[in-house]
Amino acid sequence: MVRAILQRHMSVIKALVHLAIAAPLAHLAWQTWQGQLGGDPVQYLTHFTGKGALNLLFITLLVSPFAKRFKLAPLFQLRRLLGLWVMAYASVHLAIFIYLDLGNDWALLFNETLSRPYILFGMLAFAVLLALSITSHNGIRKRLGRQWQKLHNWVYLAAVLAPVHYYWSVKAGLAEAIIYLVVAGWLLFLRRQKLWAPVKKCWHACQAPKASKPVTRQSALNHGNIHKT
Amino acid sequence: MKNKIPSSAITPEKIYRQRREIMKKAGVGVGLSAVAAPSAGALFGLFGDDEPAQPDVAVYQPKPLTISKKVPNNLTEKLTPESKVTSHNNFYEFGTNKTDPIENSKLFNPEPWTIEIDGEVKQKVTLDMDAIFKQHAIEERIYRLRCVEAWSMVIPWLGFPLAALLKQVKPTSKAKYVAFQTLYDPERMPGQNSRFSSIPFPYVEGLTMAEAMHPLTLMSVGLYGKTLPAQNGAPLRLVVPWKYGFKSIKSIVKITLTEQQPPTTWQALAPNEYGFYANVNPEVDHPRWSQGSERRINDGFRAERIPTLMFNGYQDEVASLYKGLDLRKFY
Repeated sequence: MVRAILQRHMSVIKALVHLAIAAPLAHLAWQTWQGQLGGDPVQYLTHFTGKGALNLLFITLLVSPFAKRFKLAPLFQLRRLLGLWVMAYASVHLAIFIYLDLGNDWALLFNETLSRPYILFGMLAFAVLLALSITSHNGIRKRLGRQWQKLHNWVYLAAVLAPVHYYWSVKAGLAEAIIYLVVAGWLLFLRRQKLWAPVKKCWHACQAPKASKPVTRQSALNHGNIHKT
Repeated sequence: MKNKIPSSAITPEKIYRQRREIMKKAGVGVGLSAVAAPSAGALFGLFGDDEPAQPDVAVYQPKPLTISKKVPNNLTEKLTPESKVTSHNNFYEFGTNKTDPIENSKLFNPEPWTIEIDGEVKQKVTLDMDAIFKQHAIEERIYRLRCVEAWSMVIPWLGFPLAALLKQVKPTSKAKYVAFQTLYDPERMPGQNSRFSSIPFPYVEGLTMAEAMHPLTLMSVGLYGKTLPAQNGAPLRLVVPWKYGFKSIKSIVKITLTEQQPPTTWQALAPNEYGFYANVNPEVDHPRWSQGSERRINDGFRAERIPTLMFNGYQDEVASLYKGLDLRKFY
């Protein structure tokens, strides 16, 4: 029933989701324009867009478990648009940092990225999002074939990097940052089987030959890891 | 006078912002309302908004002050507009966001007020503001203010040297340090009430005796020709221009002269990030902020990045205080 409604009105739902996500950004621009954000809005703008990106990333990662749990397959169609909005918020976040905070000083950006792990983590998360956004196009997706899913599994790395980036960046009030870390942990926990599979596979691949074939002197020599006497 | 502030540099005080109300109205009913949460504490219902509803206009309005002692000013840098000095504040007693203090201090009335001075002194005193205004000539001092978060302002403070206040109580020979304490009153300072309060209150700070007696060290009672607004530390605060802003403790109720170095709030919280001295030093980075440059808040929307000066530009006056001290170790 719900599924049928979702399926039939998917384009309306998509439009509403676009609107709901664009609205806070538009409102932020309006507040900035009107000077409602105080004497120096840089910190507020940075936090607002950064947390926005993080919230959206979590919402994006919630779609699959939710759709599976309640058998609402049409919701899968929302993942790409949500993911692209994560990228949009993250881009504004980074642009504010570079242009307003660092004053467009690219040498300083380079130094800061290398000397501060929290900025490095943010940059890495951004790089992942960028790669996923570029390859989100259907044509590219088809061309990448099975590699596409492998690449898009990197989103789980972003889901870890981004909240750690936030946690390391705050001066006080760690409680909120810790909640983000916990939510990230929970979202990954929901996918434990998927995330665990490659580890298991690797484990078996490494264990199996050793167990079945004892290492002889000759085979070790063939592998070149024993000194010749 | 040569260096008088041009009246054009003084921006009239803007109407109080109602950001909070606007944000609430715009709280789009999706998961994204969390994004729009105005304060860090209000993210989830769990944190609750402990702050009482604030009136549109502050109950305490700064009053005009007369400058009774003219002092020369060599600072030619442009003043930060008054509207920005009073709307961009770090005053966790009223919330952790920069715009929280102006919003959440509207119910705060700094009158009446008393300040107690005790410890290693021959004459303990408790003074009210009338006594302070009677005993001290008010001067205007235009100082740079450099926050450890790498933003800065230029502010025309009104006040008198801390040294004058300390001489009044006759320090004993054991007095080596001066400890300061901010008002602790969660009823009036809603940020102290927060269940997940990030820093312990009351806020405390400290100086060495030599720093406290230095002629640049100011007890401020006003800015921009008026008494201090609540969000700037009414009615009485410290201003130490060569140190990071967090040393300049606000709304002081107690000063204690001590023999031992007193604890200071940020140092106690994160000793690897904040030291007791906290002198502005472009050579020694904070783990999260480069201290080599700063964003000077001015009338433009974008604060320009400028190099940070050693001791915030007060090297000639204060460097002698730290002769022989390893400033990398004693940051």
